[in-house]
Amino acid sequence: MTRRDALLFVFVGFLILGTGFTQSWNSALLILNMGLISAIMALGVNLQWGLAGLFNVGVMGFVALGGLATVITAMPANAEEWSVGGVRVLAGLLLGAGTVIAAIMVYQKLPAGRPRTLTMLATLIGGFFLFRFVFDGGVEAVEAVNPAATGYLGGLGLPILLAWPVGGLLAAGAAWIIGKTALGLRSDYLAIATLGIAEIIIAVMKNEDWLSRGVKNVVGLPRPTGVPYEIDLQEDAGFVETAAGLGLDPATASTLYVKLVYAALFAVVLIILLWLAQKALSSPWGRMMRAIRDNEVAAEAMGKDVTARHLQVFILGSAICGIAGAMMTTLDGQLTPTGYQPLRYTFLIWVMVIVGGSGNNFGSVLGGFLIWFLWVQVEPMGLALMQLITAGMSDGFWLKQHLIDSAAHMRLLTMGVVLLLVLRFSPRGLIPER
Amino acid sequence: MDFLNAIVAFANFVLVPGTAYGAQLALGALGVTLIYGILRFSNFAHGDTMAIGTMFVILITWGFQSAGISFGPLPTALLALPFGIVLTGLVLVGTDKVVYQFYRQRKVKPVVLVMVSLGVMFIMNGLTRFIIGPDDQRFADGERFIISARNFKEMTGLDEGLAIKTTQGITVITAVIVVAILFWFLNKTRTGKSMRAYSDNEDLALLSGINPERVVLYTWLIVAALATVAGTLYGLDKSFKPFTYFQLLLPIFAAAIVGGLGNPLGAIAGGFVIAFSEVTVTYAFKKVATYVMPEALAPDGLLQLMSTDYKFAVSFSILIIVLLFKPTGLLKGQSV
Repeated sequence: MTRRDALLFVFVGFLILGTGFTQSWNSALLILNMGLISAIMALGVNLQWGLAGLFNVGVMGFVALGGLATVITAMPANAEEWSVGGVRVLAGLLLGAGTVIAAIMVYQKLPAGRPRTLTMLATLIGGFFLFRFVFDGGVEAVEAVNPAATGYLGGLGLPILLAWPVGGLLAAGAAWIIGKTALGLRSDYLAIATLGIAEIIIAVMKNEDWLSRGVKNVVGLPRPTGVPYEIDLQEDAGFVETAAGLGLDPATASTLYVKLVYAALFAVVLIILLWLAQKALSSPWGRMMRAIRDNEVAAEAMGKDVTARHLQVFILGSAICGIAGAMMTTLDGQLTPTGYQPLRYTFLIWVMVIVGGSGNNFGSVLGGFLIWFLWVQVEPMGLALMQLITAGMSDGFWLKQHLIDSAAHMRLLTMGVVLLLVLRFSPRGLIPER
Repeated sequence: MDFLNAIVAFANFVLVPGTAYGAQLALGALGVTLIYGILRFSNFAHGDTMAIGTMFVILITWGFQSAGISFGPLPTALLALPFGIVLTGLVLVGTDKVVYQFYRQRKVKPVVLVMVSLGVMFIMNGLTRFIIGPDDQRFADGERFIISARNFKEMTGLDEGLAIKTTQGITVITAVIVVAILFWFLNKTRTGKSMRAYSDNEDLALLSGINPERVVLYTWLIVAALATVAGTLYGLDKSFKPFTYFQLLLPIFAAAIVGGLGNPLGAIAGGFVIAFSEVTVTYAFKKVATYVMPEALAPDGLLQLMSTDYKFAVSFSILIIVLLFKPTGLLKGQSV
């Protein structure tokens, strides 16, 4: 890091501190926490794009899988649902997976020709109906149990911190499937395939009630050990006294304290991942990845397996996004599948990486904080701007109302303009690759 | 056993909607494929180009409607379409001058252009939402049906009705006309031939004196026309909502890749492949089956392969299968 880079970080720090002084410390800490998570997502995307030149447009899907991991890992198992249909659902899923594996084996073992195609189709179609027969009955039974409160299988009841690596694993699995099919072809194909898988992951989470309660959301995720609940803090005499000593009322102090604990947890993860990413960047492996990125043909001539290396880095980057997704859902305390919007979870992360400086890990971290700050602050600024523009218009004038209502869409516009300006005038970003 | 009713039910719920949707996808995929063939990148802003084009058409339609101009039994939007195309063309050519031209002259990697198109997508999406709002807009007027289900039943005496909406008829007819003009242009005119030459071999085309900027200009204008027509037809048939148009990106890309990126004929074939698979897989065949099967075997379930919520999964699976087994697409495309 040069002095200029350090100054940039200090600048972003001041922006967040400024929010604390001028607006509230609560919103400043919110920006900090989400900034930490965004920085981790940006690290993952930077690994794929900055180090390997892979264009992943499905960040949202991997983040959502991380969110799903929190439910699967940390929520208690629902005994009644398990007893009525849990085994059947699992058996159905295994049958589905078995069908796909059988079809792949048919494809690989039999000699090419019409018999192979027909056998494979028969396996797939037969397997599909068998899967639906077993699976549908189980799902129906599970979802019928107390749908207003549970109606899903629940999870393993493990500590939620375990969900973070599990989220990474889930995302890595999805990335493996996508990478296997789309890598080694044209670069655009990966982009389109990831765009698709993200939409499908969200569709599954919205519709498979037995898994994640769908649009009914899973609320009340447990907190990591060490993160207290606000209500307990407010009843803790020692805490109230310390808060009073600092001139804070107990309610505010407790929310601030909880956010600070989360910030510390997230910071630890970010620092570990950043350290690993830096090590990877300067290792022989990192140099090889950059060589592949800059000239695939030459790297291939030197005996490097380009597709395999791409698959590797694609899985690693997606896993990091999954970890970040699990952390984000932990912070929210609930899983809301409808909350996953591609503009917010895919394209915003891209803006972070590009603006921060693709190929530089510190750049991505900086971009994560800076762009998240802007994302939060642009909306009130847009509203203020609109109010300024429309100040001269009389009340009730249709254009005035329309402009003020539309201020919410300023974000998209601003992010697009920022992305284009940076790509055009400073394509190497704020902290360029070295 | 009642085959006639089964066929009518199948036509009503699968064939007719599938054809209309296929025509819309084909027009969208043609735009994507043209940009890919000539400008050599996947344009992620295409869905939002369709949205912005449709928005222009809707605004002009509203203008016409309040001025009392109508198109008889046909939707007023058809009258507004040419104006919408011109406006969209201006937007696209302007975008090219301000944004894409710079990168084209630098000869950057295609993936950078894809990313730039992402930025353009943001801006177009923002503008559309800013001007017309993120909500559903219906702008179809005129006669609703060519044949309504009740008329069909009265005419034929069958139990099942076959409804053909005016918008579906218009979609197919317009798509046929647009595609005919496009192929005539590409195959017969001098400009069209130079576009194909440029797409086939850029260096050779430049060598033989083809002006690349002219080719690019025409490409954007044609894409504007295709996108506006596709968007308007989709909006007339279903409804206009900016986010839906962004989501159309996946089936459109799937259609273009299935047919072979860069191949216009392939885009049309791909559009119909995707549309019919989507509609067939998500349609509940219970009704058709009850007519065909003997009563004792009447199905209990809906006989739906997948719920409609997973319609994107259909285009995605087809895309994956094509990428796995035939990465150049059904008809030979440009790329591997």
